[in-house]
Amino acid sequence: MRPPKRLRRRLKSAVLLGLCGIAVLLMLVPLASILYACFVNGAGAITPDFFLKNPPPPCNPAAGAPCPVGGVQDAILGTLLLVGLASLIALPVGILAGIYLSEFEDRPLARPARFLADVMTGIPSIVIGVFVFGIFYSFAEAGWISPFSVISGYTGAVALAVIMIPVVARTCEEALRLVPTSIREASLALGIPRHRTILRIVLSAARGGVITGSLLAVARAGGETAPLLLTAGFTTGSIFGLSGWTPSLPVMIYEFASANYPNTTQLAWGAALVLVLMMLLISVGARLALRNRFGGRVA
Amino acid sequence: MTDNKLVVQNLHAWYGKTHAVQDISLSFPDKQATAIIGPSGCGKSTFIRCLNRIHETQPKARAEGKVLLDGQDVYQEDPTEIRRKIGMVFQRPNVFPTMSIYGNVAAGLKLHGGYSQDEIDSAVIESLKKSALWEEVKEKLDESALQLSGGQQQRLCIARALAVQPEVLLMDEPASALDPISTARIEDLIFDLKNQVPVVIVTHNMQQAARVADRTAFLYLGKLIEVAPTRDLFERPSEKLTESYITGRFG
Amino acid sequence: MGEAPVGSGAGADARPGPPGVPPATTSPLARGAARRLRARAADLAFGWVALAAAGALVVLPVLLVIVLAQNSWMSLVRFGPGFLFGRTWDPNLAPITFGAVPFVAGTIETSVIALLIGVPLSLGAAVFLAELAPDWLRAPVASVVDLLAAVPSVVFGLWGLYVLVPFMRTSVDPFLVKYFGWSPIFAGHAGSQSGQSILTASIILAVMILPTISSVSREALRATPDSQREAALSLGATRWEATRLGPLAYARSGIFGAAVLGLGRAMGETMAVTMTIGNSNRVATSLLDPGQTLSSLIAINFGNALALELSALVELGLILMALSLLVNVVARLMLRSITRLGGSTA
Repeated sequence: MRPPKRLRRRLKSAVLLGLCGIAVLLMLVPLASILYACFVNGAGAITPDFFLKNPPPPCNPAAGAPCPVGGVQDAILGTLLLVGLASLIALPVGILAGIYLSEFEDRPLARPARFLADVMTGIPSIVIGVFVFGIFYSFAEAGWISPFSVISGYTGAVALAVIMIPVVARTCEEALRLVPTSIREASLALGIPRHRTILRIVLSAARGGVITGSLLAVARAGGETAPLLLTAGFTTGSIFGLSGWTPSLPVMIYEFASANYPNTTQLAWGAALVLVLMMLLISVGARLALRNRFGGRVA
Repeated sequence: MTDNKLVVQNLHAWYGKTHAVQDISLSFPDKQATAIIGPSGCGKSTFIRCLNRIHETQPKARAEGKVLLDGQDVYQEDPTEIRRKIGMVFQRPNVFPTMSIYGNVAAGLKLHGGYSQDEIDSAVIESLKKSALWEEVKEKLDESALQLSGGQQQRLCIARALAVQPEVLLMDEPASALDPISTARIEDLIFDLKNQVPVVIVTHNMQQAARVADRTAFLYLGKLIEVAPTRDLFERPSEKLTESYITGRFG
Repeated sequence: MGEAPVGSGAGADARPGPPGVPPATTSPLARGAARRLRARAADLAFGWVALAAAGALVVLPVLLVIVLAQNSWMSLVRFGPGFLFGRTWDPNLAPITFGAVPFVAGTIETSVIALLIGVPLSLGAAVFLAELAPDWLRAPVASVVDLLAAVPSVVFGLWGLYVLVPFMRTSVDPFLVKYFGWSPIFAGHAGSQSGQSILTASIILAVMILPTISSVSREALRATPDSQREAALSLGATRWEATRLGPLAYARSGIFGAAVLGLGRAMGETMAVTMTIGNSNRVATSLLDPGQTLSSLIAINFGNALALELSALVELGLILMALSLLVNVVARLMLRSITRLGGSTA
């Protein structure tokens, strides 16, 4: 009875392990398909106009009359402004919070703050959108801002910042923790006061991880759609700053995809291509930077 | 003169570029315990792991040479079959944490299949008795293996290895992680076991080798320096190197 | 000590000033004391600033719950616990009726099916990367898998809408209806022929959570000591059996935690689901029916809603938050033994 059973076991082993390899290939299919679709459908939209013009009115191609294609200039501008303001708020707060979690971890606030930061990273971004909308809505109800300002670039930037802060805080904390204690002790032993030890010496030693973590958080904010849909609105016209409805690339992709007019759909694919390439670049860059820093596997 | 159960001929082993085992030829007689001693890094663990072909499962590990079990070269056979015939007990107890005590001992039998429930039950009981663990666990076979002490877990590992009825038992420093009482128990075990199954035991503890082994081999930097009946090796070593090691000059 | 009295004229440690003005007189020691005092003050101030920043981490979630509760108050009061069991969502009905059931059902259905599809694939990939892949293949493949995590949700939605949905409509759905339409979960109902369905949304969700489950599982598998696998091998196990007895068993709770983490991610996903689920506010009985999740309904209706409907949508947000909170806390409890989760999983 033994030999046939052994053959079956070996066969089973080979098959199952082969399936694992196939699983990996299967995972790559969607990624390849997405990249391919973005290139094929969107590359045609990447013309100088893409960056210089705004979206055209929706139109159905009539016989012999092609629809204007236009560009996504203000959506790009909107994204840059939104993410810029959000980062301006979230990076200092997040990094300082990360410093607290790492350097002051024996204080009573540290553990609840860390726990709640982890909790926050798990909250769906649309709920954050509802939350920030609610805050500004209350401001309008209290008469502090006009009801027309509830949905604006400022609201959107705050929403993105709220999403970014816990992420930045935790990655910054992790980066700081990797700095050996002996460095802190050496600095303090030289008489350097604590705040300067942390800001100049420890933070500097951890700057690779901090920068990478911040970059990834910023990139992630650039790709967020749902909260901006609720808080920043959308427009195809020009914007002059963050007051009023502020377009962004992700929201634009959504709006045009749903509207389904051929010319704006192509713009959506073009924007998707740009977004994906940027996200991939930043991701790969961050990964390489981390690996070089630690000389080994990252994850 | 007992037959040689296991014969090693010109064994070489590498970890990447490191030539850990260099041209070792050694025989292991039946019904005897053979100890392998030597300083850290001399290749004794690598050597023993080549006997049941565990060595090659590590990345970048390679072996060459012949290991004859009853005349058959294990490197020409199916490794899973070889590993059933040549059992191994590791340095640290490595019970399966998600299984019960019963489950651990039965694991090997269940893998190979073809045994009835009764056959498995009696094999488990017998192995636990052979490894002197039965009395302590007979009331709690279904409980987790993790609640046992270190010494008990190691005896469980021995029972697990014995359950598949190996023809040789390899032990890689089996007592080095244990307290003296557990160590003594395991040494007693080896004394009993060697009448049923030839035992090859790697140890860095010379007194242990002196206590349990019929023959002892001394390895140094990947080479076999000397092998002899235990008393002869310790009292009248023929190599200078052996003498230096035994008298504690290094290692 | 050593402090020259004011106006005493030039001493060794008095700084020269403009003629006619008494020299400034601080000794190095006094200067040092002042500097130390300033340093301590700065340290204290810095500590407060950092505390305030960390305070934000605590204040934000608390504020979140308060704001959500406040804004859903109207709906909470109006519908009470019945909201959780209501199956109708219609602002045009008289009386206005809002209920959460179709959307909770949609969220749970899509997430669970995403898990059913995603876990075997992720686990297979994790096993491949942790146990099988040769060293040179490991890092590049792992990176490529993690690239999936970098694709924004809305791009998944775009691809879903224009590539996957037509594919489902033309190839997969008819096949399923033909061979499995006899069972209620694959029944083809009228109005479910567009390719936008629970199943399509679940497939996209599965793809989106693959990197999460796979990377956390891989960490769990790698944390298994080699001796576990070797113990199995030494009993005569085949390579697969050794993987099963060794790393897969040892890392059980980690793998489970990874799956639960993936569940949490899937539940919170909005854009990709919104664009592929068909947006129908009824409970879907067949996988091929269109449906709606908590997040997709909020995304679609929030901009146009007023008063009671807005309040009801916020209440849905509250429910969504509670659900994903529960799942995430459970996941983190399971994954306590495996350290690095951080905020770096995007």
